[in-house]
Amino acid sequence: MKKVFALLMAACMLLCGVSALADEAVTLKIAHIGPTTGAAALYGLATLHGAEIAAQEINDANGAFKIELINEDDEHNVEKVINAYNAALDAGAQMILGTTTSKPCEAAGAQGYVDRVFFLTPSASSTAVIEDKDNVFQICFTDPNQGSASAQYIAEHGLGTKIAVIYNNADVYSTGIRDTFVAEAADKGLEIVSETTFTDETTDFSVQVADAQNNGAEIVFLPMYYTPASLILKVAADKDYHPIFFGVDGMDGILGVEGFDTSLAEGVMLLTPFVATASDEKTVNFVAKYQEAYGEIPIQFAADAYDGIYILVAAAEKAGITSDMEPEEVCDLMIAAMQEISVDGLTGSMTWDESGAVTKTPMAATIVNGEYVFE
Amino acid sequence: MIFLDNLINGLSLGSIYAIIALGYTMVYGIAKMLNFAHGDVIMIGAYIAFCGLQYWGLPPVIAILAAMAVCTLLGVTIEGLAYRPLRQATSLAVLITAIGMSYLLQNIALMIWGANPKSFPRTFINGASIRIGQLNISSATIWTILANIVIMVALTLFTAKTKMGKAMRCVSEDRGAAELMGINVNRTISMTFAIGSALAAIAGVLLCSSYPILQPTTGSMPGIKAFTAAVFGGIGSIPGAMIGGVLLGVIEIFGKAYISTELGDAIVFAVLIVVLLVKPTGLLGKPVREKV
Amino acid sequence: MTRAKRNRLIYNIVTFVLVIGAFILLQSMIANKSITRSLKGQLVPICCWVVMAVSLNLVIGISGELSLGHAGFMSVGAYTGAVVSGWLLNACAIENTTLRLVLAIVAGGIMAGVMGALIGIPVLRLRGDYLAIVTLAFGEIIRNLVNVLYVGVADGRLAFSFLNKKMPEGVTMLVDGAKGAVKIKPVSTFTAGFVLIMITLLVVLNLVNSRAGRAIKATRDNRIAAESMGVPVTKYKMMAFVTAAALAGMAGALYGLNSSTVVPTQFTFNQSINVLVFVVLGGLGNVLGSVISATLLTVLPEMLRAFSDYRMLVYAVVLILVMIFTNNPLIRSVMNSAIAPLKRTLRGKKQGGDIA
Repeated sequence: MKKVFALLMAACMLLCGVSALADEAVTLKIAHIGPTTGAAALYGLATLHGAEIAAQEINDANGAFKIELINEDDEHNVEKVINAYNAALDAGAQMILGTTTSKPCEAAGAQGYVDRVFFLTPSASSTAVIEDKDNVFQICFTDPNQGSASAQYIAEHGLGTKIAVIYNNADVYSTGIRDTFVAEAADKGLEIVSETTFTDETTDFSVQVADAQNNGAEIVFLPMYYTPASLILKVAADKDYHPIFFGVDGMDGILGVEGFDTSLAEGVMLLTPFVATASDEKTVNFVAKYQEAYGEIPIQFAADAYDGIYILVAAAEKAGITSDMEPEEVCDLMIAAMQEISVDGLTGSMTWDESGAVTKTPMAATIVNGEYVFE
Repeated sequence: MIFLDNLINGLSLGSIYAIIALGYTMVYGIAKMLNFAHGDVIMIGAYIAFCGLQYWGLPPVIAILAAMAVCTLLGVTIEGLAYRPLRQATSLAVLITAIGMSYLLQNIALMIWGANPKSFPRTFINGASIRIGQLNISSATIWTILANIVIMVALTLFTAKTKMGKAMRCVSEDRGAAELMGINVNRTISMTFAIGSALAAIAGVLLCSSYPILQPTTGSMPGIKAFTAAVFGGIGSIPGAMIGGVLLGVIEIFGKAYISTELGDAIVFAVLIVVLLVKPTGLLGKPVREKV
Repeated sequence: MTRAKRNRLIYNIVTFVLVIGAFILLQSMIANKSITRSLKGQLVPICCWVVMAVSLNLVIGISGELSLGHAGFMSVGAYTGAVVSGWLLNACAIENTTLRLVLAIVAGGIMAGVMGALIGIPVLRLRGDYLAIVTLAFGEIIRNLVNVLYVGVADGRLAFSFLNKKMPEGVTMLVDGAKGAVKIKPVSTFTAGFVLIMITLLVVLNLVNSRAGRAIKATRDNRIAAESMGVPVTKYKMMAFVTAAALAGMAGALYGLNSSTVVPTQFTFNQSINVLVFVVLGGLGNVLGSVISATLLTVLPEMLRAFSDYRMLVYAVVLILVMIFTNNPLIRSVMNSAIAPLKRTLRGKKQGGDIA
């Protein structure tokens, strides 16, 4: 009898506690989905860590919202991502911050469209991620957007007219940027004099660089991540070939590769919404916290996810989300709210339309003496 | 000019394939097994050299020697622990074990050094490039081709002149008869693995000097292609591995330059299938008769 | 009925009863909603991996050849299935999902079977480890080619292009180069997966226990002896290899049509090795073992998500240890002598029971 009484008391206290909290703060259950193991773990861990820092800040601030972050690993795999998504919903997630990479996001987003679950992806940038789905929003630029912005920048600043493009034809990101870059370049009167490809396993870039050099390219456009880019810079240096190398946001991180001779990257230009060496207060604060917690300099993916948590909170506030809402209910409210909010984050000030694509302005940086310099 | 440039690039790539292919071909000739893990020994060698240069501040030559020592030890250990118990087993069992070993090495490297790519530091091997007329030849290319020639000559002399080399040829010819003649077969096979793995360390350093990115999977693609080269040249034959490696490198570069960069790898593997169709024993391989 | 025949019959019955029982159990769990979302999402992939493992076992365990490109055949099936299903929907306006799924699976099987025959004809004549190398090369070539393949459907006609995307106006893309097969309408169901497993088991077990199966096993155990007895070795090896390729293609079509998109990077060498691990752990030549290990090794990693960093490490160690323990004569004799008394007591008891 005593036991039953004690249990009743405990239950009562718990209930009181919950109701007391409910007056003060709404707990949002957000699932981060990304590759935290495997070959793309670098990106998944970055988004997870960025989100963790933002969630910590919000929880410490004791404001109107608390964040409960659930993490599920998708191994950058289209099959596993569905398992991760289902596991997140089983764990009670109300909305998804993710997924980190494009192809898995396309698959999970489509499933979420059927189930009515809201997705905000920090870094999945292909157009297929948001196409035909009203439930998915992006924080990063879409790939076509980056491609055309790069071509416009090159044309407007008169960097040169003969351009070589080297891209990864086995990669959605790389081909997506390349397609619009080539189309926009033609409109702006830029001439593509050389176009060559590679795949994920390629390490020999001598043919690609030689083709650019022999066709007299003044600018080499590199829509790719930094690993192959570092090999291309090395080959070009060996061939005594010094055009302007123009990269995209995937190039961010090249200076952090262990053992990389940063003098090879001297003069490389890139369009990116975030650099860790920027001196504004927000960035400095974020980079310091990130370094303290994880011992490394955050890449752009981390900044995107950090913004992502704040965006979700802003939208949830607008939409009036409460702790006990089901994902289906949350989804439609969030979709409406996303189109009304405007968020000033680490990666610029952002607004969204119904397509789910973000509007923000990219910044062009040049690498000088091993550091990014903005114009 | 462009042709010459491509030819030199092809020779450089091919020389790396050739050194890796030597490891495959020696082990196949003597132990009659496909050492699938050879490509991953290369990767380990490159990581050791990287650590030597980047963390321990060793001079390049010492770092390379350290890598060779570690790889030799590794090769002999792998042989003793995983392959020796399977000496009498079917080739299927040995091949599956070798694949398991390859994955084991990759995952150990992943645990020790992480998935983030590392950039191989500059040494005398990949120093300033040399200019001849309009041609720029990187110093890594020159070192690779030189190393290839030296290794080729040394190995040919070793197998022809020394006692151990002769023992190796005996074992590869007929293991049973060699044993009857008093040759220690296990020791000979261990020695083969030791030499092959030491060469793998050199190949690893040369590979990463030419293409300075180092990841746990760095060895697998070059390993598979070098294996293709060994089959191309005639598996089991040392000059065959050399010729197969160099030819495959040139074919790969020419295929990319004159056909399509998209299909570079497909061309390399298509060559393998065509060779097996036309001349299954490879360019220099001897036809083997099976006795009952 | 001989003892061997009886044992085989019992083995086959047990296999079928287990699979059917598992299906009925899961269906009833779905019906009364006691299944987690996560497990429900994995049902179709599990069916696909079971079919992959059983078909690979036909090549490795029963015919004794190593194929390292099984994922390549799966990708051929997945892409074919996606194209056929998309074409049927767009051009022929077939709304019936079951019909689309069945036609797509059949097409995937045929396409992969043809690929298997193309590879098998030159390679299976050769001896040694050549099949392993060539199937590995095949997997890589397929991945390379699919990256530059574009297929679209416009006005009821399929449009193909290779290397560059030249498509007619108003086309709906089905396969878009590196983006893979896109905008697939998922039609796969667990029931279809179950039926596919049953077909696979029927085909493989029948083949194993037939005249052809005995010939294939004879070839595996001693090729020269089998050849001198007049067994057409190449023909029977071809039979096993092409059947396995076709089954992998069917599994691929089911797998591809389970998701909204398929990419070439899903069918890498690693994936072939995964299936190899299923087969080795289940036991070479043991069909029921393949079914169980494929199921467990698909479900367990999902339950132990935190350990996924070590999964491949563990797989590698398992491959090596299983091979050493089952093939080293010394270890085998030690194990046999350890098990023998146990066996004897078991048999003794049983005999005693018989007498009583």
